[in-house]
Amino acid sequence: MPNYTLNVNGQQRQVTVDEDTPLLWVLRDELDLVGTKFGCGIAQCGACTVHIDGVAMRSCQMQVSILDGTKITTIEGLSTDGKHPVQEAWETIDVPQCGYCQAGQIMTASAFLAENKNPTEEEIRNAMHGNICRCAAYNRIEKAVKLASKNL
Amino acid sequence: MKLHKKDNFSRRNFLKTSVLASGGMLIGFNFLTACKPEAKMPVDIANLNFNDFNAYIKISEEGFVTIFSPNPEIGQGVKTSMPMIIAEELDVAWQNVTVAQADLDTKNFKRQVAGGSQSIRSSWSVLREAGATAKQMLMQAAANKWQVDISTLKVANGIITNNNGDTLGYGDVVKEAALLEVPEKVTLKELKDFTIIGKDAVNVDLHKIVTGQPLYGLDYKAEGMVYATVLRPPAFGQELVSFDATAAKKVTGVIDVITIGEKVRDFKKSGEKNWSFNLSSSDKVVVIAKNTWAAIKGKKAIKAKWKTITALESTEKHEEVLNGILNDTKGKVRREDGNVAKAFTNADKVIEKTYSAPFLPHNCMEPMNFYANITKEKVHLVGPIQTPEAAANVVGKMFGFAQDKIHLEMTRMGGGFGRRLYGDFVFEVAEIANKIQKPVKLISTREDDMTTGIYRPSTKYKISAALKDGKVLGYHLKEASINGNMYGSIAHFFPAGCIPNYKVETGNYKSNVTTGAWRAPYTNFLAFAEQTFFDELATELNTDPIQLRLNLLENIDSKKDKRIQYSGKRTKDVIELVREKGNWGKVAAGIYQGFAAYYSHNTHVAEIADIEIKNGLPVIKKVTVAVDCGIVVNPTGAKNQVEGGVLDGIGHAMYANFSLKDGKPTYKNFDTYRLIRMNETPKVEVYFVENNLKPTGLGEPGLPPAGGAVANAINAALGKRLYSQPFIKDLKKQTILG
Repeated sequence: MPNYTLNVNGQQRQVTVDEDTPLLWVLRDELDLVGTKFGCGIAQCGACTVHIDGVAMRSCQMQVSILDGTKITTIEGLSTDGKHPVQEAWETIDVPQCGYCQAGQIMTASAFLAENKNPTEEEIRNAMHGNICRCAAYNRIEKAVKLASKNL
Repeated sequence: MKLHKKDNFSRRNFLKTSVLASGGMLIGFNFLTACKPEAKMPVDIANLNFNDFNAYIKISEEGFVTIFSPNPEIGQGVKTSMPMIIAEELDVAWQNVTVAQADLDTKNFKRQVAGGSQSIRSSWSVLREAGATAKQMLMQAAANKWQVDISTLKVANGIITNNNGDTLGYGDVVKEAALLEVPEKVTLKELKDFTIIGKDAVNVDLHKIVTGQPLYGLDYKAEGMVYATVLRPPAFGQELVSFDATAAKKVTGVIDVITIGEKVRDFKKSGEKNWSFNLSSSDKVVVIAKNTWAAIKGKKAIKAKWKTITALESTEKHEEVLNGILNDTKGKVRREDGNVAKAFTNADKVIEKTYSAPFLPHNCMEPMNFYANITKEKVHLVGPIQTPEAAANVVGKMFGFAQDKIHLEMTRMGGGFGRRLYGDFVFEVAEIANKIQKPVKLISTREDDMTTGIYRPSTKYKISAALKDGKVLGYHLKEASINGNMYGSIAHFFPAGCIPNYKVETGNYKSNVTTGAWRAPYTNFLAFAEQTFFDELATELNTDPIQLRLNLLENIDSKKDKRIQYSGKRTKDVIELVREKGNWGKVAAGIYQGFAAYYSHNTHVAEIADIEIKNGLPVIKKVTVAVDCGIVVNPTGAKNQVEGGVLDGIGHAMYANFSLKDGKPTYKNFDTYRLIRMNETPKVEVYFVENNLKPTGLGEPGLPPAGGAVANAINAALGKRLYSQPFIKDLKKQTILG
């Protein structure tokens, strides 16, 4: 099996996995970073969202072999102290119900807000539409993104 | 309801009740065991005498308080709200409390189940007593130390104060308190003295969730654990004939390919029955691998042959049989008042409508998974399950283990919605673990969950009303469903008791497609059918839809009918509150409103949906909700449940389609199966009726009225009645769309 060196959350990590292994399973099974979640496996639900060079991407559809030279950020590395403005907004608004999709929601929101510091309500709703919340905590996710945009 | 009638509980009564209930919820205090700040269940929990042990509360000599939340957490918020109730009576500061998930422990807890929105309702008194008993013993220990009467002491935030102003923390007296007799009587707080209940408390796992820490079954790992995927028959009605695992075994990381099924057949042959067990007798092919990806790839590489054992069913077939039940068969009568036939014969006008809903998968965001390790001596199970007791029970019987040899740990669940009431994946992983004698985790893909699910069955309702002199004098509802029918007291929900001639009957068709509970079973669709029907009756009678409901409810409380659990007064309260808060009839031009009210799971809810039409399409702008769930334990959590329930109800009513062809589900993943997304959601405004009544649950009750409120608003806007779900399909049929 081939070896890969990945830059994950600022650290160089070595993994030995099949080349078609999705980043999702490298993170979860090999690197014990289980904050990134498995939801659909076909990039439709957003639970597995991570940042690749700051851009929100679906890790379930991203083969490990194409990630050389990129910077991967997962929910565990979004902030060193768990206090990224988006994480703090999520805590202030008390967003989660089951909570399973929230890491993906936060990763989408944080990448979006890095690009658009002062989004309109419609921009938030469109930016977040790729992330499914089966508990439908959407009102609170929307509020939290808005709050985070003010605190960034 | 008899509420707070008796605030003193005799110890004898308490023990009697506890022992009788499912093996007994026993109270006692484990004050001798110092508790570390990081919470962990004591391993010897089963060996502790109830006199020495309180399964709910641990207090360390340092004063750390740990409260074990007994029930499974599926997103309904009980891991926060149940410990809040204990902390309230214990009188400790909420921010100083550590909450931990209790393991399955039938000796010390009762009803460790997440289902039916019953956790809070059934545990309210028990949790309060547990907290109050502990507080009283701590106070008694302090009283003994100071040699004063307990009645002279005051407590706040875990600090006991005497008349001289001396103070002792709970930790200071915990050793002495543990040696005291459990008191005969404890006094519960007056509701007005509550400092925790009724105040917002954020989700206890919030920080862990937003920082991605391991919490869920899918996140659980153990030393030496392997991963398993299961290839099940692709169609309902099929069984495995043979398979070729040559290609699968070549996949890097695949360890072995085995079959399971024998233990399931043995269990069936034994005649043992458990409602959470509903596995088919077919052999299944299992790929064992070193990691998840290899297990998924390996499963795809299996070439299997299947044979058809029972007829392969389709949506067309279900349509046909359900229509047959509605139109051609005599149903089982669930309730009958007056003379329905006569009311219809004498009617000025009869209205009859038929409503249809498809099968629905649950689609929990966290796919089904479970961990098992079975050795010769014992069983270790870890994962997401709404019914841990039933699961452990079946596993014990399948593999010959007494319950005390089974250790089941509950993880936080990535959604439940009823799916995890059924333990099929637990029994499968147990058979795998037993066979390979290694710790193993079963992992399902989204396709597995959607195509080998336990579905909400397709259901139809035919509702007729007999109108006479501007009144509804007769009502006849017939339900046709698959594998089961409305349960419990649903036939006695509104409008039972409001219409003199009333009949509810049901019929069902036995299918080989597995079906089961789905958030607010039956009422998730029945409420839509009934509440749009009443909207139509209001139009027919030229009455305001809200006024029609209020008129019907007029005499309900005066009737002595024990089968009727819903309250006319509480229904009116939520209707009037939502009418005011939702500005019924007073909205701007271009906004159209729809109303629905429903009682389910002991909670009364009324909703008003505001929609507008853009490019000919309905856009739902806002839903106003009024809820009576008695005392609101945790307002932020309660609102979250209602907001989510409403949007879930709207999402599934609007978009969720599902069908079967040749025994196979035709929807497999979220590329075709449509769940509601943020840009389709209205704002949900939630208002609670304020009263001092015993709290009831909120996991389900917000959902049932949502579809009806939206459908009624769509009719107000477009003059089109909707009779089937998903609405998007019905609207297309009516050529409103595309």
